[in-house]
Amino acid sequence: MKLHSKATLLVLAIGLAACTNPDRFGASGAGANGGIDSGSMSGVNDPSSPAYFQQTIGDRVLFAVDQSTLTPEATQTLTLQARWLANNPEFTALIEGHADEQGTREYNLALGARRANSVMEFLVSQGVSPARLKTITYGKERPLAVCSDEACYAQNRRAVTVIAAGGLS
Amino acid sequence: MRLIRTLSLVALCLGAGLPAIAQDRTGPLRIEITEGVIEPLPIAVPTFVAENPAAQDYATSIAQVIAADLAGTGLFREIPKEAFISQITSFDSTIQYSDWKAINAQAVVTGAVSASSDGRITVKFRVFDVFSEAQLGEGLQFGGAAGSWRRMAHKVADAVYSRITGEGGYFDSRVVFVAESGPKDNRLKRLGIMDYDGANVQYLTDNSSIVLAPRFSPSGDRVLYTSYETGSPRVFVLDVGTVQRRALDVPAEAMTFAPRFGPDGQTVLFSLSEGGNSDLYSMNINGGSMQRLTSTPSIETAPGFSPDGSQIVFESDRSGTQQLYVMPASGGEPTRISFGQGRYGTPVWSPRGDLIAFTKQSNGRFHIGVMRTDGSEERLLTASFLDEGPTWSPNGRVIMFTRGTQGAGGEPALYSVDITGRNLRKVSTDGPASDPAWSPLLK
Repeated sequence: MKLHSKATLLVLAIGLAACTNPDRFGASGAGANGGIDSGSMSGVNDPSSPAYFQQTIGDRVLFAVDQSTLTPEATQTLTLQARWLANNPEFTALIEGHADEQGTREYNLALGARRANSVMEFLVSQGVSPARLKTITYGKERPLAVCSDEACYAQNRRAVTVIAAGGLS
Repeated sequence: MRLIRTLSLVALCLGAGLPAIAQDRTGPLRIEITEGVIEPLPIAVPTFVAENPAAQDYATSIAQVIAADLAGTGLFREIPKEAFISQITSFDSTIQYSDWKAINAQAVVTGAVSASSDGRITVKFRVFDVFSEAQLGEGLQFGGAAGSWRRMAHKVADAVYSRITGEGGYFDSRVVFVAESGPKDNRLKRLGIMDYDGANVQYLTDNSSIVLAPRFSPSGDRVLYTSYETGSPRVFVLDVGTVQRRALDVPAEAMTFAPRFGPDGQTVLFSLSEGGNSDLYSMNINGGSMQRLTSTPSIETAPGFSPDGSQIVFESDRSGTQQLYVMPASGGEPTRISFGQGRYGTPVWSPRGDLIAFTKQSNGRFHIGVMRTDGSEERLLTASFLDEGPTWSPNGRVIMFTRGTQGAGGEPALYSVDITGRNLRKVSTDGPASDPAWSPLLK
């Protein structure tokens, strides 16, 4: 099931290559993409590495238009995220909430905060200490995909769990 | 005296598309802005007389700025100088009305500039109503440092506009905005400030952290905005003169945004997000305790005061979608005022108190609109892929806003439109720009 959905995502990503940030896993700025410099981390095959968290478990969940309710697929991802956090207590997480560009700037900040909080509440419900989690909203300021179609908007309505070693700032 | 001073703004006929001036008029020269001008008033602005050689460049440039200000309103049309029959060679020479009537100039603005050796200039001007063959108001003069010549030109244009429309002007004002650069998925933003027409840009912050939605204090000396400088969104206040900035004294772990000054210049309204829920708060800019104004599980944001400070307009999705509400300044039961189809956000009370401007989303399009403060008489002024964030000119007759284009190369720009929905214009900026906020008239 997990493999299947990942394969679907991959196909989707290839199909949308024209309007998708090709540097999806690169360190392209401010952590806003959830980008992690995997060069300085353990490899993706190490289950305790942030790269594994990001790429194998999945660091992001997507939302419907103007919604912050978690989809069944999102709760599945977040359940695995919570398990990983339980197994790797030395890490903390910053949860970024994002919105697509179809909304006014300040409303989207509030919406992004709501989305990030939905993720945080779920992770806490799964036993992650709230002291290890922090939320931030980017509203529509940091889209991942830059086209102005639903294909891109769907990727931008997201909450990204960014793993960091050590404490929260 | 017999002219526009008798004009009173009763029974605004918003949206009526009648020509606001008759070319074969019998009465005094007057433009009724609220009627929507289809045929701009022809006006002549001869190059000002340079009273000494050092004033020559100023005399030319000042007349150009005055003409651009007036023509930029859409209410006036500048008659090309090549059409002039009379030339103005002396400020005190008699106006040959017949020469100006012959080219259908309804008004003539004459002026003179002198420059002194200590770096100051003096600008004086007169306005003539050609068809009444009379001077319109008294002659006036402004003096100041030569470097302020554009401001003096704007002040002349404000006076001309005011004498012909009976309304306050808006040219001698500034706009604070967000200057943008870089790709759409990693946009760099910094605060800029410029004259209302895009001249004299200065930058107030660098682009090392995201800055959003600046708003002026009532006297224009400070700017509130949202910055990611400390990691997450937080309200800052910046002194325009010194460019010193500081975070508003709110709990550091809270996310705060959507700030706006009260008319006292001390009270700040903003949204604070806690546990995913955004509510409205107010506090004194100098610190002290926050007062919570709303307590609902819905999103409350984009608050703003009425000009008298007695009421707050804001947006909330408590009904299920973004809508506009008005409540007493101290909080309390809000009244919903938006009922049309679609979502409404970013309400801003007109400085005149009569209208509320807003952003509306409907059927995949964005609009800037205005409604009366009780929500009646909604009118949409614009439509595009992305129009948002209206701000009012100091006289409440023009709205500036952000218009974004779509696609991977999409960029925002500043536009203005008058409250009849006419005269849509792009504001000149060096690069992509968003989130304009208009200052009051400068002193």
